[in-house]
Amino acid sequence: MNELLSLLTSPNTQWVLAGSSLLGFASGLIGSFVLLKKQSLIGDAMAHATLPGVCLAFLIFGVKSIPLFLIGAATTGLIATYCIQAIVKHSRIKTDASIGVVLSVFFGLGIMLLTYITKHAKGNQSGLEDFIFGQAAAMVKSDIQVIAVGSLLIIILSSLFFKEFKISIFDPNYARGIGLPVSVFNLVLMALVVGVVVVGIQMVGVVLIAALLITPPLAARYWTDQLGRMGVIAGIFGAISGVTGTLISTAGEGLPTGPLIVLCASLIFVLSLLFGASKGIIVKAVRQT
Amino acid sequence: MKAIEIQNLAVTYERQPVLENVNFTIPEGTLTGIIGPNGAGKSTLIKSILHLIPRLSGDVVVYGKPYKKQRNLIGYVPQRSEVDWDFPTNALDVVLMGRYGHIGWIRRPNKKEIQFAYECLEKVGMKEFANRQISQLSGGQQQRVFLARALAQDAQIYFMDEPFAGVDAATEKAIMKLLQEWREQGKTVLVVHHDLQTVKDYFDHCLLLNKTPVDYGPTESVFTLDNLERTYGGAISFLGNSPILTQGG
Amino acid sequence: MTYSLWIIITGVLVGVTCGMTGALLVLRKMSMLADAISHTVLLGIVGAFLVTHSLNGVPMLVGAATVGILTALMVQLLDSSGVQSDAAIGVVFTSLFALGVVLISFIGDSVHLDVEHALMGEIAFVPWDTWTWNGINLGPTAVWLLGFVFILNLTIILLFYKEFKISTFDPQLAISIGVPVVAIHYVLMSMVSFSTVASFDSVGAILVVAMLIVPGATSYLLTDSFGGMIALSALIGALSSLLGYTFALFVDVSISGAMATATGLLFTLAFFLSPKHGMLAKWYRRKQMQKQQLNA
Repeated sequence: MNELLSLLTSPNTQWVLAGSSLLGFASGLIGSFVLLKKQSLIGDAMAHATLPGVCLAFLIFGVKSIPLFLIGAATTGLIATYCIQAIVKHSRIKTDASIGVVLSVFFGLGIMLLTYITKHAKGNQSGLEDFIFGQAAAMVKSDIQVIAVGSLLIIILSSLFFKEFKISIFDPNYARGIGLPVSVFNLVLMALVVGVVVVGIQMVGVVLIAALLITPPLAARYWTDQLGRMGVIAGIFGAISGVTGTLISTAGEGLPTGPLIVLCASLIFVLSLLFGASKGIIVKAVRQT
Repeated sequence: MKAIEIQNLAVTYERQPVLENVNFTIPEGTLTGIIGPNGAGKSTLIKSILHLIPRLSGDVVVYGKPYKKQRNLIGYVPQRSEVDWDFPTNALDVVLMGRYGHIGWIRRPNKKEIQFAYECLEKVGMKEFANRQISQLSGGQQQRVFLARALAQDAQIYFMDEPFAGVDAATEKAIMKLLQEWREQGKTVLVVHHDLQTVKDYFDHCLLLNKTPVDYGPTESVFTLDNLERTYGGAISFLGNSPILTQGG
Repeated sequence: MTYSLWIIITGVLVGVTCGMTGALLVLRKMSMLADAISHTVLLGIVGAFLVTHSLNGVPMLVGAATVGILTALMVQLLDSSGVQSDAAIGVVFTSLFALGVVLISFIGDSVHLDVEHALMGEIAFVPWDTWTWNGINLGPTAVWLLGFVFILNLTIILLFYKEFKISTFDPQLAISIGVPVVAIHYVLMSMVSFSTVASFDSVGAILVVAMLIVPGATSYLLTDSFGGMIALSALIGALSSLLGYTFALFVDVSISGAMATATGLLFTLAFFLSPKHGMLAKWYRRKQMQKQQLNA
């Protein structure tokens, strides 16, 4: 207990907790839009696709710099999204296979580059592996600042354009009809998803960060029928998962942070599935009797 | 006054031509039914006019100017099946979406807009359902919410895709009342419609379509047996001299 | 037998086994379910290890098949309770995979099973992990396991070829004439789990997805026949393995990563150059049509 207390009062931990709760909130909020757009798995593919970008950034510039990594990750993440859509548009391949192709090939490329770096590159390349599953314990204050600022930006942007996102997801044809540039908003949404992924990979890792986009919104859906509330509840669920997962990870030696955060989110999902006030299994059963 | 002119419109899907050689002009203040068999390209016609799907060729002129400059004059009521009715939102919110074009970016709807949305809901007899989650509305009620949204949009020209599909008699009546009101206000309405029985009662103009326009004009001169046979192929012949057709056809 | 020959045999077996199974997945629009299963199989492997304290073939196969089918069942359950299917897949696989990774971290370094291995596999170690029986060296265990799963999957596909075909093309009709569509679905899910486990050692749980989905998608762009697609997909899988291995040898990078990249390369080629469904062919036909339109 004392150990936990001293951990909680250490300034570094407080930074990490602030970062993880903001990241969790941002991903829950953005994830709500992504879920309703039925693109949850595209988020997953995009997350996997950031790995080659991070590696390329390191190969080109030869330094471990978070801003450069973010640029690299955002570039390949967006290219991957474009590829998924282009494959569906220009061939007979259906969406699911297109996502699978892009996800696995980009990730394979990322793994290849990662091994190339560990075997050939000079300089301090240690810690690149942490991008796969996330390692909150390995983060320093400046990393957290990137997460905090990035997450805040994402939260502000999605609240500003809340109305526009809502209509371009609910009824894209109608939105185009009234002159909204729906494809621009799609692109902005994708960019925000990439934003969550790239600021989050250090903490959660590329393999599992999609869960932060999928699970909290899905859980929130069991509590409300209003998009606005859904976004906020998903954000809170995300923040709780982020904080809890990070705490367990920093307390227990070497446990990867990402999987723990995801497990917390999964637990919240199961509880919501059962007890959710709007659509939970138990509420439904009670209503029927 | 010409409300809409369509010049040489063509659309293909994969290698199949879906629409070709589409040319017609719709006068202001008319109520036009777009009639044709399944697969004739009725929905595609509306969507290509509204630039929602790519065209192989063709120009759309609205009140003398290109469509892109006149977007705010146009209202669109999509097919009910095209949106996700499980979306977490309520009836009032959907109607408010009709105001988004007027509100502008980033700004939230204010009290006046919300009041207006309520009035639109009231006009279609849906005021008491304002806070109902949209998945809990019946088909007819959902269609009325769409109608209220179109009202809220306050456009000059309306395109409606199968508004009568799967709705109850009361809703059908409510839709017709609104359409006639619009026409009296000098608005122009185009409706994709598949029920031949009601064409003569509902529309003053008709566009018969089967991949290309067969005929366009006032219903009494266009909606003839001869024309319908050309539109539907032989399948229509059983109608014979039934009263739905204009006499002398 | 030489060292590299064993690696090549392993790679080709992975490509062929996953390729032919994957063709079915692509046609049935279940690529992402396969993606999910290939992740969650990790939990099955860890579970089998916790129970038996060894990494033997048979318990691993059983564990993997159990978790694979469990994954499919859970997705199905969420789906029917109103969760959209892509999100259902996302929730289930991330949860089970996260559990697997956390459990592996608990097991610690004592065994030949760690997170990195789970991700990338290590095909380079395959030839050393041999199966000895009565003092006779019978070759790498992975090859035996892969060979067994290959023959198993091939037999299932050949035996139920007709049933796979009809339940893929028209499930309604299949049900109406008494084909056990649901059973076939879970048989296929087991085949995916088996393929994943068998390939796990050499290419890792995540990169096996590339082998499952990409060759199938590539052959979908190249052929219009059901049987042809399965065969071609197997061929493309094998070819990707060879290409990837050769490349990895020259540049000294992860062999499994290179193999996944090779599948992507072949896919890209087919995407642009396929005579019937490729971009170039389509572009050319569109230009021709526009010309006709103008002349008309």
